[in-house]
Amino acid sequence: MTVKASFRMLASAGAALFCALGAAEAAGGKTLEYKHNHWHFKGPFGTYDKEAMQRGFQVYKTVCASCHSVEQLAFRNLGEKGGPFHLAACPAGVPESTDCSKPSENPVVKAIAAEYEVTDGPDDTGDMFKRPGLPSDKIPGPYANEQQARAANGGAFPPNLALIMKARHHGPDYVYSLLTGYETPPDTVALGPTQHYNPYFAGDMSQLLKPEYLNEEGHPVEGVEIPPGGVLAMKAPLSDGIVDYADESVPETVDQYAKDVVEFLTWASEPKMEARKSLGVVSMGYLLVLTLILFFSYRTIWSRVDH
Amino acid sequence: MSHPSTYRPGTAFERWIDRRLPIIRFTDDFMNFPTPKNLNYWWTFGAILVVCLVIQIITGVVLAMHYTPHEDYAFASVEHIMRDVNYGDIIRYTHANGAAMFFLAVYIHMFRGLYYGSYKEPREMNWILGVIIFLLMMATAFMGYVLPWGQMSFWAATVITNFFTAFPIIGEPIKTLLLGGPAVDNATLNRFYSLHYLLPFAIAGVVVLHIWAFHTSGNNNPTGVEVKDVKKDTVPFHPYYTVKDGFAIAVFMLLFAAFVFFNPNGMGHPDNYIPANPQVTPAHIVPEWYFLPFYAILRAITFNIGPITSKLGGVIAMFGSIAVLFLLPWLDTSRVRSMRYRPVARLWFVLFVIACVWLGYLGGKPAEGIYVVQAQIATAYYFAFFLIILPLLGLFEKPTAQPKSIADSVLKRDKAPVAAVAQAAE
Amino acid sequence: MGASNTMHEAEPTRRDFIHILATTTAVVGAAGVAVPLIHQMNPDASVLALSTKEVDLSALEVGQAIKVMWQGKPVFIRRRTGEEIKESEETPLSALKDPKARNANLAANADAEDEHRVLKPEYIVVVGVCTHLGCVPLGTSQGEVRGDFGGWFCPCHGSHYDNSGRIRKGPAPENLAVPKYQFVTDTMIRIG
Repeated sequence: MTVKASFRMLASAGAALFCALGAAEAAGGKTLEYKHNHWHFKGPFGTYDKEAMQRGFQVYKTVCASCHSVEQLAFRNLGEKGGPFHLAACPAGVPESTDCSKPSENPVVKAIAAEYEVTDGPDDTGDMFKRPGLPSDKIPGPYANEQQARAANGGAFPPNLALIMKARHHGPDYVYSLLTGYETPPDTVALGPTQHYNPYFAGDMSQLLKPEYLNEEGHPVEGVEIPPGGVLAMKAPLSDGIVDYADESVPETVDQYAKDVVEFLTWASEPKMEARKSLGVVSMGYLLVLTLILFFSYRTIWSRVDH
Repeated sequence: MSHPSTYRPGTAFERWIDRRLPIIRFTDDFMNFPTPKNLNYWWTFGAILVVCLVIQIITGVVLAMHYTPHEDYAFASVEHIMRDVNYGDIIRYTHANGAAMFFLAVYIHMFRGLYYGSYKEPREMNWILGVIIFLLMMATAFMGYVLPWGQMSFWAATVITNFFTAFPIIGEPIKTLLLGGPAVDNATLNRFYSLHYLLPFAIAGVVVLHIWAFHTSGNNNPTGVEVKDVKKDTVPFHPYYTVKDGFAIAVFMLLFAAFVFFNPNGMGHPDNYIPANPQVTPAHIVPEWYFLPFYAILRAITFNIGPITSKLGGVIAMFGSIAVLFLLPWLDTSRVRSMRYRPVARLWFVLFVIACVWLGYLGGKPAEGIYVVQAQIATAYYFAFFLIILPLLGLFEKPTAQPKSIADSVLKRDKAPVAAVAQAAE
Repeated sequence: MGASNTMHEAEPTRRDFIHILATTTAVVGAAGVAVPLIHQMNPDASVLALSTKEVDLSALEVGQAIKVMWQGKPVFIRRRTGEEIKESEETPLSALKDPKARNANLAANADAEDEHRVLKPEYIVVVGVCTHLGCVPLGTSQGEVRGDFGGWFCPCHGSHYDNSGRIRKGPAPENLAVPKYQFVTDTMIRIG
């Protein structure tokens, strides 16, 4: 029994080891260690903060949506259980027969969708046409395709944000650090107009040292410190006061915007997280009970035999 | 051990069935199979593996109801499963983590076979069938990983299929045949989907043969001493081992559930949440952890040997590391089965396990600097273990005395044998 | 079958409570696992999102009809003229081939009086699938044949429907189905 238990520990430790090692490696160049926030959606009992998600959606819409899509999200997802605009009961002023817990009948979701124009068709003459959005539509992105996105951003591609938290190691910490981590680069580097320095973005700053800091072979001179991180095409998107929060008690700072948009985007990447974790608690509880019962059944049967 | 069936049909219905198709007889014989009474927990992994296979097949068939195997829709269809399909996220995570648990169990199962000499006479066939199952598992897992059509899916497919170009003359045509085109594309995805659905049933068939084989020879046991007296040495499989396997399966499920519900992406790679892009290669292409040791062996060969390029050498070494397993029953010259009684072999075995784990670690590192040297050392040891150490050990080792029988070994409580004479394996 | 060889008399077949408990717990677990595996075949969220459809009727003129798709089927909505309403209301039940309302908003045994076929007399809403063998009847768009009763005509086997969507002539056995719908506002209906 104890051999088995120790092997269990070895196996999980091994798995954790591989993951951690992978993480450090895939960070690419050397970045600063990501800022560590206490995210309350982490951990076996983690949940999403609805108000923070709503503010995060507002930040996304105001700041990020001009360049970044949320490809896998449909408007109706915003109104699903666990989502930022889910309504358990209808607010005042909605027709009686409406079931607001259904995303397709949720007035907030319908209003958000109607603000957008989506392409539909072909119509009876064979043309595509535009109409106001419905909850069942996907949230339109700013560009028709990747090529258009690159053309509009000097060859850089603003990644889809609906999966960003799962598509990056330590997603929430990384995005939070990136958004709050922009710095003026040290004097030792020279940057072009489309290059913005961020110590949390993987890259190789030694390529950007000014010539006076390089020796004949083009390598950094002794004693010159290579700044951590790299450059990216996105300049610092957040600044204090850039988004107007309805709730006066919430500070309108870069730090708050970053936290809120991380909350929203984490939900966007894993909308079923809360349900999964509660089902997990039930399942593991059940398995623990089953294991105990089976253990005693096993002992009872084997008590009859010398072994 | 093969023995006459002990089943007696009880009712008229049973007699009717038994005369036409002996399925009740098979079930009864299976349940009553005389199994050594001293099997320890390392023996529960066979049943655990069967459960893993069933879980993968069931969740896989369900996922296939919602997945679209076309390069333009595959990634989106997986996200559709995660977001829209009822319990789709749980089913997908179960399938993905289930593959990892499957390999964890199979590696433990194989190490058990090595340590206790389960591959030795008369169980060579069983061992070979097992290696075939392992190969089928690797093919299935590789093709399954391509299906979500993420960055790692695409580039793993590109790298693995490029192996074949190492072979002169026939290499390129084989690669083109496998891909259905000059590069990994929709044709590749579709055929991988078809084969990924097919192979698990081939695995199930070979598993039936595997079980038939060790029911013919009889199970091995931790002493390596064969069953002498069915009454004294064995217990019926049911209820003794059904309940013990059931308990072990429950513990295994606890670990499985911990991953599925609380860390479902812990064993995966974030890059696979980025849709496949043939124009952008990820910074580090890494396979899933269970392939890392073989990846390390592949990249360890950095030098040419005569006409064999380092690329071809790496491919040969990688396939060779599995091919050598087929030869194991004939490479090990020891007349003692279980390493419990082979103290020197045990030490070499521990080193072997360490080498395998170390190779796994190195497979996840960039193939540079000190990592390459370490991989070469570990690869050398891996092959030396099978090709040099095991053959020589049997000739020169001094095994400790084995128990006279299984019953003897359990009666004495401690594992020391009764007689001072070392017994040759039966 | 040859297991007990020790001091104890007990056979493994005796049903101890712990074994019954173990089996029962395992079976409960199996049932718990079976539920999601079956439920995943039920309509998923993207399908459910399309289970209702809202149609804005403000642009629909008197005498005009439109066809919308709902749950994969066509639905005809006609804004009837005063004459069409009068004609439908005055048709005796005895003249109808199918005396039942076939209206999902009412009880199954309601009869096919015109008032049982509509929520507001001005609008008739029916599923545009012929109850014979499933073709889509003509009569919605401008210029389409509307059959002998001025409603709809199915070209496949010649079924004629009136302006209440009721079968009057031809092989179709039932009136066109009236789907579940309601007026969300005076000019907006929600089907489904």
